[in-house]
Amino acid sequence: MKPGYYFWSGDIAAAEGAIAAGCRFYAGYPITPSSEIAERMALRLPQEGGKFIEMEDEIGSIAAIIGASWTGKKVMTATAGPGISLMNENIGLAAMTEVPIVVINAMRGAPSTGLPTLIGQGDLMQAKWGSHGSYEIISLYPDSVQETFDLMIDAFNYAEKYRVPVMFLIDAMLAHMYEKIYVPPDDEIVRIERKRPTTPPEETLIYKADDDLIPPMPRIGEGYKIHASGLTHNEKGYPELTPQAQERLVKRLNDKIRKHAEEIWKVEEYKTDDADIIVVAMGSESRSVRLAVDLARREGIKAGMLRLITIWPFPYKFIEKYNVPYIVAEINYGQIYHKVREYTRDVELLPKMGGEIHKPDEVLRAIRRAVQ
Amino acid sequence: MRIEIKFGGLGGQGIITAGYITAKAAAIYDGKESAFTQDYSAEARGGASTSEVIISDEKVTYPQVIKADYLVLMSQSAYRDYLDKLKEGGTLIIDEDLVKPDEKAENFKIYKIPATKFAEEIGNPIVANIIMLGFFTAITGVVSKDAMWKSIEERIPQRFLELNERAFLKGYEYGEKMKKM
Repeated sequence: MKPGYYFWSGDIAAAEGAIAAGCRFYAGYPITPSSEIAERMALRLPQEGGKFIEMEDEIGSIAAIIGASWTGKKVMTATAGPGISLMNENIGLAAMTEVPIVVINAMRGAPSTGLPTLIGQGDLMQAKWGSHGSYEIISLYPDSVQETFDLMIDAFNYAEKYRVPVMFLIDAMLAHMYEKIYVPPDDEIVRIERKRPTTPPEETLIYKADDDLIPPMPRIGEGYKIHASGLTHNEKGYPELTPQAQERLVKRLNDKIRKHAEEIWKVEEYKTDDADIIVVAMGSESRSVRLAVDLARREGIKAGMLRLITIWPFPYKFIEKYNVPYIVAEINYGQIYHKVREYTRDVELLPKMGGEIHKPDEVLRAIRRAVQ
Repeated sequence: MRIEIKFGGLGGQGIITAGYITAKAAAIYDGKESAFTQDYSAEARGGASTSEVIISDEKVTYPQVIKADYLVLMSQSAYRDYLDKLKEGGTLIIDEDLVKPDEKAENFKIYKIPATKFAEEIGNPIVANIIMLGFFTAITGVVSKDAMWKSIEERIPQRFLELNERAFLKGYEYGEKMKKM
């Protein structure tokens, strides 16, 4: 995309951000409010020498991008909560077989088909715990059209660097909202490529990790013997169904993210320095909270906002950093609230079941109550 | 500075397009910040349709209308549904053949234009929303005339530009006249 200013929706910015990050393969099945991502990718990927496939369903979509990732491409799919529910089996497979993929979830009111065109934040826990088993993924969640574009670059870089699925969260409001966005010149975009084996095929164990706990990833078709199994496997990639192999593999899959958590954490600390009360918020909801914090400050209440941009791994050190009461404002009936509560006793939930974000005065009233 | 604008009408009247054009004009051509959101029913035509534009000198926080400074309406049902979104002393802009205000609108500044009738006279009722935008631009001044036109120009297919330019100017000139009255 030519550098400059554009007027885009969150969905368009997500698609363009992915292309700018180097994504050249997309397989998906349209669903509101993510469909415009597919629409944009269908238009733009062929122009960039990439491939777009409209799949038969969400299960096919995620299977296709996992396969395409093994060919060395940067890959993505996008859906909404109902689609993630279908994809979760293969998200576990991608985590277990360490395949870099980016999955966008444009969150809408839920459970089930819920509120297709309206916002929800009910998939925050699902992003981390959707598939079975103990594994770590990375999840990012922007709050503006500009940040959607910028953060997509990070999403792909994380996926490639850590060989992990990245669950990129947006929400119905952000997906369909238009704002001004600046696209930087191509040479200012930093792209990270996955590590490749430096040894010839006959000397390479494809799941042997380096010191950073991340194994280099060969491309299919280059002579490396690739056995990628969802079964517990050894460094060769072959099933080894023992507690010892499980311990080695599953511990490493988790540790490769946990030990790099601080590099992955992104938060915005808005007026938190001198705050007496901090509201934790994410995505579109944080835009209401930001205004409420400003309004509270005008009344003399020292309020601040901790905006989680990295949702997973959970940036708990930022919660521990402040010794003040917290409010967690989220569009669900309590999810990140429970994570915050792990690190502080003094926390209150400001929930909303979905369909809209909190009005700024609803947040303001909660702030006033908390400091009384 | 935070200016809130709400457009309301029926699917097919170009209510979403009007909001998009206005928000883009402010952000891209007037160099301000803006956010544009939309809401429409499942029907392609005839269902309720509304769009919201927030314009600000700084990054827009809450992206939707809290209390609108300007309410631009093109159907009676939109009048019924959205009038309470207009802030005290706010400005109500209506297609006078499609919206009949009652006593509830007494405390607002009201500007009326027969936009759909004008559009038919120009040759196509489809440009009624562009006439409304011309009218809105002249009345409110929240977006410059140049910016609004550039934004229209970019949104409308080339072959309809001449028609839309006539529509925009018709609305703008009518607005200039009404403002003086």
